[in-house]
Amino acid sequence: MAEPRVVIAGVGMTPVGEHWELSLRHLGMEAIQAAMADAGGLRPQMLYVANSMAPALSGQSHLGALMADFAGLRGAEAASIEAAGASGGVAIRQAVLAIAAGAAEVAMVLGVEKVTDQPSSSVERALATGSDADYEAAQGVTASAQAALLMRRYLHETHAPADALAGFSLTAHRNAVTNPNAMFRRSIQPEQYSRAAVVSDPLNTYDAAPMADGAAALILTRSDLTSANGSHPMIEICGSAVSTGALALHDQPDPLILTAARESVRRALLQSGLSLDEIQLFELHDRFSIYAALSLEAAGFAERGAGWQLAQNGAISLTGRIPITTFGGSKARRDRGVSGGRGDLAASGACRREPGRTGDRRPHPVPGRRRCDRSQPAATAAELRVSDSGPRLK
Amino acid sequence: MEPSRNWRLNQQRYSLVGEVCPNCEHKIFPPRDVCPDCGQPAHELFKFSGHGEVYSFTTVYHAPAGHTEDAPYPVAIVKLDEGPLVTAQLTDLGERQVEIGMPVEMVTRKLGSDGERGMLVYGYKFRPQLH
Repeated sequence: MAEPRVVIAGVGMTPVGEHWELSLRHLGMEAIQAAMADAGGLRPQMLYVANSMAPALSGQSHLGALMADFAGLRGAEAASIEAAGASGGVAIRQAVLAIAAGAAEVAMVLGVEKVTDQPSSSVERALATGSDADYEAAQGVTASAQAALLMRRYLHETHAPADALAGFSLTAHRNAVTNPNAMFRRSIQPEQYSRAAVVSDPLNTYDAAPMADGAAALILTRSDLTSANGSHPMIEICGSAVSTGALALHDQPDPLILTAARESVRRALLQSGLSLDEIQLFELHDRFSIYAALSLEAAGFAERGAGWQLAQNGAISLTGRIPITTFGGSKARRDRGVSGGRGDLAASGACRREPGRTGDRRPHPVPGRRRCDRSQPAATAAELRVSDSGPRLK
Repeated sequence: MEPSRNWRLNQQRYSLVGEVCPNCEHKIFPPRDVCPDCGQPAHELFKFSGHGEVYSFTTVYHAPAGHTEDAPYPVAIVKLDEGPLVTAQLTDLGERQVEIGMPVEMVTRKLGSDGERGMLVYGYKFRPQLH
């Protein structure tokens, strides 16, 4: 029997920003309704809510029931998925498994974070719960500080110049200009990067994505449930994998190698039957610019210590060998909280970049584009998607 | 930090007690009872010397709740002489400029507190090696 093909039937998202007027549940519902409308009214039987900070920042857990209830999906099988910054990717993986296993015909993934209700010290503490509470957070180490520790070591080992990672920020900001849902829709100049204020030395404000509120939703279904004359093209998920590394940075055998990213990309490629050479676009975890470099290396687009060079020679631009952060990334679109929902935000962005969708200014020929998304250093997820002009919504 | 939780960690916090793998002699900190190198059970305790060198370092300016009074403060990943990396604050720096490779040693210092009336948490930090 042929493997069932899992396709993305609909996407929906809110702008990323400071939504003072919207609560966690309202943000989530806006994305859910947009995705259901995009999928021609397909009603999910399963709902996976990716979120990592609501218990700490909103005093709210049990998000599966909350969102199913609030969005009019009462009765649906629902649960929240928490894997720190990889929550979105891991939730997509659960939905893919549910569809592929035949346990559901239509599944929804919602990523949602509400961070702006709390002062930054509370957000930092909530973020730090994703690290090792006893041996990292107890020392007062923040997510930014951890990225800075890796960045300094990286610059030390590679002998790269101080502005080696500037290209990641410049590229993300350039690509956000055409994204109506991005928070920072303006390009930046190299001088701005060099002059930027320090967050945690050597990491500056342009190396770090600020935190904001937002939500994104995906509806997944099986290709045989779609028709050839629907309203828009389908994206097939032809590979999906999750892997884990050491929780604490200091427990990674080599902290500069994101082994979970490496392994998840390898597994997803294996499932898809594709080689890395065939991947034409890569959405990655760029909450901090150093993670973009390390992700490119982990995936195999660059040797260890050479990822930063891809940001210098144009390889990651929209017309380059391997475009990244094509919708502004976390940096310019702005990070939705710890991006419990980042994975699916990237995924929804990815769909938006496919032929016939809004905002596509890519000069590349697009049909059949293969893409790969991944997120977060410790736990990580990768999905491979192939745009498919065949099946359409019934 | 809850008193019982803090008490459970006191061998690690105050004395850098980890484990050594009886199979491959890999030194383990923090203790995890299974050798991360060879996968064999490792319950034998091992007290680290507390000496090491700076693997990387930075400064926390925007501190998490519970540490805001101390900000800004320097943090590092230290490579212990026996092998493992450990995340810790640096202390007693004075005018010293930190560098990667700088020799450091473990000292016991206050890590934080649960508000004015809460428990004080003590544990390891690292300072420039004195001799």
